[in-house]
Amino acid sequence: MSTTTTRDLASPAPAKASSAKPRRGLRGNSTFNFWLFTGPFLIGLMIFVYVPIGWSIWLSFFDARFTVTPDKFIGFDNYKYMLTNDDFIGSLGTFTVFAAFIVPTTWATSLGLALLVNRLRFMRAFFRSVFFLPTAVSYVAAALIWKMSIFSGVRFGLMNTVIGWFGVDNIAWLADPSPPWYWFVIVTLRIWIQSGFYMILFLAALQNIPAELYEAAAIDGAKPGWQTFRYITLPQLRATSTAVILLLIIAAYQAFDEFFNLLAKTTWGRPPLVELYYKALGTEQDYGAGSAGAVILTLLIVIVTLFQGKIMGFGRGDESK
Amino acid sequence: MTTTTPGIRKTKPRRAKRGGVMGNTGLYIATGVAALLFLVPFYILVRNALSTDAKITGENWELFPTDIQWSNITDVFNDPSVDFARSLWNSTVVAVLHTVGILFICSLAGYGLARIPYKHANKIFYLVLGTLMVPTAVTFVPSFVLVSSLGWVDTYRGLIIPALFSGFTCFLFRQYFLGFPKELEEAARVDGLGYWGAYWRVVVPNSLNFFAAMATITFLNGWNSFLWPLVIGQDPSSWTVQVALSSYMTNQTVVFHQIFMATAISILPLVFVFLFLQRWLVQGIAQTGIKG
Repeated sequence: MSTTTTRDLASPAPAKASSAKPRRGLRGNSTFNFWLFTGPFLIGLMIFVYVPIGWSIWLSFFDARFTVTPDKFIGFDNYKYMLTNDDFIGSLGTFTVFAAFIVPTTWATSLGLALLVNRLRFMRAFFRSVFFLPTAVSYVAAALIWKMSIFSGVRFGLMNTVIGWFGVDNIAWLADPSPPWYWFVIVTLRIWIQSGFYMILFLAALQNIPAELYEAAAIDGAKPGWQTFRYITLPQLRATSTAVILLLIIAAYQAFDEFFNLLAKTTWGRPPLVELYYKALGTEQDYGAGSAGAVILTLLIVIVTLFQGKIMGFGRGDESK
Repeated sequence: MTTTTPGIRKTKPRRAKRGGVMGNTGLYIATGVAALLFLVPFYILVRNALSTDAKITGENWELFPTDIQWSNITDVFNDPSVDFARSLWNSTVVAVLHTVGILFICSLAGYGLARIPYKHANKIFYLVLGTLMVPTAVTFVPSFVLVSSLGWVDTYRGLIIPALFSGFTCFLFRQYFLGFPKELEEAARVDGLGYWGAYWRVVVPNSLNFFAAMATITFLNGWNSFLWPLVIGQDPSSWTVQVALSSYMTNQTVVFHQIFMATAISILPLVFVFLFLQRWLVQGIAQTGIKG
């Protein structure tokens, strides 16, 4: 991300130099115009983004149960509490497991769909629409379909009907954490919703691979199929793959809707945001600890983003090249 | 590599040829099977929404209801425990104002940052960039603290306003405007227009594709968002449709046909938006690489 800024900021510089000689009159006052255009946004950004963050940092050092204007300063106790709290640490573990499942599977599914659709000659737009359509569905609606029908734990659930044909007993998909079948429910749901979106990114990237590369490979005797995929397609998609993986991790980090709805009233499978929701807005109303949790989560994501940005050079926009 | 000839797109037939007829059949079978799998949830939704509870929970899987239950629609709206019509209205208001507000505020700011020279513009841009690293969902606790102090819980203001100042949308507009042809604006200046006039008369009318793409994405996100409406909508009268659907899942009594019909109704407007505006959506995603 830091590379983006330095690079992009270089471009406004000449414009600034040229306006060093201020032109008076209706169109000349650029300072006024700058604030006219950006003022509403910046005021809102201050009030609704920066003030809450600052307030939250302040709250995290206070004993703030049932109040947002506390007066009992307790130093780092909220942080100590959260970092030794089994539920909160457990939620980070849940996120790690979730990311380990969802990132590679979505990556492979969306790339696979893009490769299929890219080779189609007839009905290409139709199939692309079919795979893309779930993007319009909310996680709540999908959770309802998954929980109440496909993975319903009773006999009439679709999956239990299907495995019943093979003589397998009903599985309590969500109601029983051992074995943890609920992961299968959660991961399939998210793959269904988000694959089409990442497929579009891969499709755009596939169409930008120069055909000459494949022609040259054919002349050199590379067999079409695995060899060209491994040595041409995959390396050419590196920038897009990197971006997709980073986006998938950040999206998984913010997962809330499907966990909250699929696993309501259970104590297992709570990712960080769900844990935070119950901690701060549940019966405890502990805004101090909740704020400390939000600060910790924010720091973690900032570190991950900066680290990945440095390592992978994400954000330079070369995936669109 | 830079001298890409028009021949680039012509390679597709050639590549398809190497698999021959068999390869093509395999390709279409694989794609077809994947497509069927992706359509299963839609099929279940429609089937259950138009069935009776007895059929939904029946011993044998009925492929499609023989006696279609249109009365399920009235059941949804006549249920006294959840005011579904109210939640649909709330979602409509929230999604529309969310879209209009974000587009207006963030596009102006994006243009200002991209095009209007100002000596502190760089510092201000860093302020916007800084918010990109903090996902909005992670800060829902502090945002709730602020909104409840303002007394905005259970109000449209509380649902809409805090989400309008999206650093990300502003950033995307800035990137877009950086690539906007300068000559068009200069022509407008020659005609005597200031920044404001040039923006509304020249820049916006020539950017409608990008605005349409951003509007579609923003509307989808506004309609589908759940966490913030859940936090703010404490009273059922301020529930959006997603919160209402969620409440069905935790109700004591489950009326299957009713909740599937409600889900179908909540998805229907989006499917239409989606089918008609898909072109802009795909274009927007391919351009920006992001959903919202």
